[in-house]
Amino acid sequence: MSTLITERIPEAAEQDQLEWVWRNQRGIAGWFSVTTHQQIGKRYIVTAFIFLLLGGLEALLMRLQLAAPDNTVLGPARYNQIFTLHGTTMMFLFAVPVMEGIGVYLVPLMLGTRNVAFPRLNAFGYWMYLAGGLLLYGAALANTIPDAGWFAYPPLSGPQFSPGKGVDVWAQMITFTEISAMCVATELIVTILRMRAPGMSLNRMPMYCWSMLVQSFMVIFAMPAVMVASTVFLLNDRTIGTHFVNPAEGGDPLLYQHVFWFFGHPEVYIIFLPALGMVSAILETHSRRGVFGYPAMVLSLVGNGFISFGLWVHHMFATGLPQIGEAYFTAASMMIAVTSGIQIFCWLATVWSGRLRTTAAVHFVFGFIFIFVMGGMTGVMLASIPLNLQAHDTFFVVAHFHYVLIGGALFPLFGAFHHWFPKLTGRMLDEKLGKIAFWILFVGFNLTFFPMHIVGLYGMTRRIYTYPAEMGWGPMNLLATVGAFMIAAGGAIFIANVMRSLRRGPVADSDPWEGGTLEWATSSPPANYNFAHLPVVADRYPLWSPKEDRGIVVGLRNDRREVLVTTTLDADPQHRFVLPGASIWPFLTALGASLGLVGSVFSFSWYYVATVLGMIGLIGWFWPREPLEVEP
Amino acid sequence: MRFIAIGCCLLALAACTRERRDLRPAPADLVVLGDVGRQSELQPGGRNTQAAVGYPTQGNAYAISEGQRLFGWYNCTGCHAHGGGAIGPPLIKDEWIYGAEPANLFDTIVKGRPNGMPAWGGKIPEYQVWQLVAYVRSLNNLEPKSATPVRSDEIQQDPHAILPKPGDSPK
Amino acid sequence: MRCTTLAILTASALSAQQSAVDAAGSYAAAIRSLGTFFLILLGLIFLIVIALALIPLTRRHRGIEQEPLEQTHQPSHGTETRLGTMVGIATAVTILILFGLVVASVSVGKSIAGPSTHANSIAVEITGNQWWWYVRYANLDPSRIVVTANELHIPVGRPVMIRGSSNDVIHSFWVPNLQGKRDLIPSRITTLWLQADRPGRYRGQCAEFCGLQHAHMALWVVAEPAVQFESWMTHQIEPSVAPSSPDEQRGKEVFLNSGCVLCHAIQGTPANGQVGPDLTHFASRMTLAAGTLPNNKGNLSGWIADPQTIKPGTKMATVPVKSEDMQPLIDYLESLR
Repeated sequence: MSTLITERIPEAAEQDQLEWVWRNQRGIAGWFSVTTHQQIGKRYIVTAFIFLLLGGLEALLMRLQLAAPDNTVLGPARYNQIFTLHGTTMMFLFAVPVMEGIGVYLVPLMLGTRNVAFPRLNAFGYWMYLAGGLLLYGAALANTIPDAGWFAYPPLSGPQFSPGKGVDVWAQMITFTEISAMCVATELIVTILRMRAPGMSLNRMPMYCWSMLVQSFMVIFAMPAVMVASTVFLLNDRTIGTHFVNPAEGGDPLLYQHVFWFFGHPEVYIIFLPALGMVSAILETHSRRGVFGYPAMVLSLVGNGFISFGLWVHHMFATGLPQIGEAYFTAASMMIAVTSGIQIFCWLATVWSGRLRTTAAVHFVFGFIFIFVMGGMTGVMLASIPLNLQAHDTFFVVAHFHYVLIGGALFPLFGAFHHWFPKLTGRMLDEKLGKIAFWILFVGFNLTFFPMHIVGLYGMTRRIYTYPAEMGWGPMNLLATVGAFMIAAGGAIFIANVMRSLRRGPVADSDPWEGGTLEWATSSPPANYNFAHLPVVADRYPLWSPKEDRGIVVGLRNDRREVLVTTTLDADPQHRFVLPGASIWPFLTALGASLGLVGSVFSFSWYYVATVLGMIGLIGWFWPREPLEVEP
Repeated sequence: MRFIAIGCCLLALAACTRERRDLRPAPADLVVLGDVGRQSELQPGGRNTQAAVGYPTQGNAYAISEGQRLFGWYNCTGCHAHGGGAIGPPLIKDEWIYGAEPANLFDTIVKGRPNGMPAWGGKIPEYQVWQLVAYVRSLNNLEPKSATPVRSDEIQQDPHAILPKPGDSPK
Repeated sequence: MRCTTLAILTASALSAQQSAVDAAGSYAAAIRSLGTFFLILLGLIFLIVIALALIPLTRRHRGIEQEPLEQTHQPSHGTETRLGTMVGIATAVTILILFGLVVASVSVGKSIAGPSTHANSIAVEITGNQWWWYVRYANLDPSRIVVTANELHIPVGRPVMIRGSSNDVIHSFWVPNLQGKRDLIPSRITTLWLQADRPGRYRGQCAEFCGLQHAHMALWVVAEPAVQFESWMTHQIEPSVAPSSPDEQRGKEVFLNSGCVLCHAIQGTPANGQVGPDLTHFASRMTLAAGTLPNNKGNLSGWIADPQTIKPGTKMATVPVKSEDMQPLIDYLESLR
């Protein structure tokens, strides 16, 4: 790094300067103009958890309705609205954004840099996500609630069979969240490929960053597909009378399904891959050894990413496709069990050869392994066409995907919370409460969803608002409802734990778990600039290497938001780069775009408004300005 | 601030009307007006196409959509085609022989009219009559656009082919 | 464990009338055997994986916090190699097992795709509607075409080809005791082969979300021996029976003069509505409103008087019928055997 050394400034003055350059503006306008990745990441996480609570409440309502045969808690219209909201909220407003948010927060810390590559795009993405969520729930308050399911198959979701504006709101909400996901994906890819600490070649990158890299590429390929389905096909058919999915005019309802699932299946892995990264990070830290089989893990992550684009048709086996195609998609669907299997085996090897501490985070990871492996097994069953034809659209499938999504994403997420909470807040979560919450969640989860496998095989179809008593599904549904309330209780304990620890938790030092990756190298919580000196890396686990081997970058200017750009493969320092500072323009641009997008649901002319407002926003955003070179 | 609050309330109310689903329609709470039908095209004052009184399915998306279905199911298309008229008069027009008030339309459907319009009263329930009224009104843009479907899943007619052009003699 | 025990306790309530587990035909039986095979094999693998995951939890590492970090972080080279071999073997075994499963699955998939010869088979058209099933037995002789609704009679031991389509949204035809499901898609014709090997009544239900009353869109498949099937068929071809009492005669007049005829047809009378279920042999059917209620006089009068309470959102209109006309109307409809 000698080329970078120009002059040395005394430490304290350096810190003050960084503090001043990276500060967030005060006041309301300041709050709207934040562009630091930590703040935005936290906002994503908090917002997503609020949506998780809403989605959870909707789930409880559904479980109440299904608790007994011929129940009348909800009528058919309400029930359809509630399950649509539940699916939409969980998929689009919770699962993807929370993973993106944690990525936004952690990736720059793990890479040893100061912010994401495009801070303003990052802020813009968050505001778009928030606007999408507000659109869905604001419309819900005005009783404009979509009721065609989170998948919205036409013709049911089309202009003839879904009157009103509910489905339009749904389709436009997708646009918002997908724009947001694309923003995060773009900036994370560039951050990961070009802003790693010097010496952190790709093969020294933390597993979590690998998972976010693969996930981000998947987002970029998958999300446009759903926008084609929801906006181009569905919204245009509904608002301006096009015929993309109208068979009478040469459209095709199956085309929508193909395009939707071309997004919909990778979507599951978009949610799941970051969780894999979290599990690796938790296990390697708490087993006190590097994750076993790093190259195999990376390859299987990449493999997951590719294969997941080749098996969307297993959502459509019942539509009747040619047999040869079906055989291909069966094989592809099972192939993903190989790459997922390799990951499980490597984790087992990590745990076997490491020295495991059974912390709360590790509890959640073991819960994940139990639940996810079972979900994987039912997934292999569903990949088989004959079994799929029986189980498809029954509660067996409901059980399956809750096993893979709650098991595969929510449990690791809770684990990740216990693991990284000290880094986020500077305080420790209570371990004992965490373990209690784990057991209640684990038992409640299995109580809720295991019986669904059985009622599914005994003929209970999905998305029915009631069922006759003679079918005998009542007792198991009652069990599931009891389990659902246990999950709610577990969630409440978790929230109580967080609230309590935020105020009274023991203060955490910079590396409470003795982790090996760079996020533990800085204070808890980190300063806005992350690192006073950017670290230099010579190892996969820099904090586990002897202290004298750890280097720092010197020579970056501290009087502006400067970061180091390194090469893609080997992370050799290339040049210094000034990141833009705080700005309210991303917020204003998002506001203008949101107005236009929401208005266009009601009248086409709002597209012009959106264009004009968006233009104004972008002009402000990119208006050339003096470089930030003011001395404190 | 107050205006925003009031605006939000109005928006919510409008949305409520639009999105409401009466799956268990009660008997109509409106007294059906007496026969206000006329036998002549002459009418006092200006053109009268505004909704003067509320009616149960006003601005309701579900009712309009059901009305559209019933329009086909009860073979209204047999005489009126898809609103353009055939052996029966067009339903997309400016001048209504028997008045364009919802109550007039209701009366027309329930009691029938000379020259072929049958009386549907006693055959179909009142709530369906109101759904048909809402649909026929939506054909004439008398219902809010946000509550009206832009198209059905059927083969579409060219709207220019069915709209009467100025100067065309009435059928 | 607790949930498993409870599940076993509650499983006794489950009914076999709509169940993929109680196969009543060769196709469903083939799927069930495949499922059992998958379940046992995958269940075993699951148990092994969980056992492997739990074993390290039983080991205690006392005092690890005190050990110097440098010593704990990398196991010896020998351990790593051994673990590598094991992971490699496990992966190879996974691939082999999955390959076997694909082969098994594809071969069963071929066997349930239909009989090798279409001789001896019959064809039925099923059209999905919001929220009932239109059933039509195709025949080259137009006078032998049978139209009914929500009930499918099939001869035992003969393959039945279902030709499915839909009049409105996507539905899915599913009778789990006999075969997997097949979507009914507007503008397309999808096919599915059924076969019942033992006589019985099997319930089916729409499996693709189709709107408000998706929950109440069931149908019954009656599998009966050839003789009974033929006699049922012969009877269905007949026009409706004439009213046999003054009450029934009165009921017929009520039917023909009310809104009923706008949607329903009764062969042998002027009623020829095409958008609702055909009522020619209405009384011979087991249920009302697509499997929602058993077909009897009490339920029928409730259904006619207020269908929107029984099945909110149903397309069946609350037809205005005078109270004194109700009893004759029901007598007439229930005489249409």
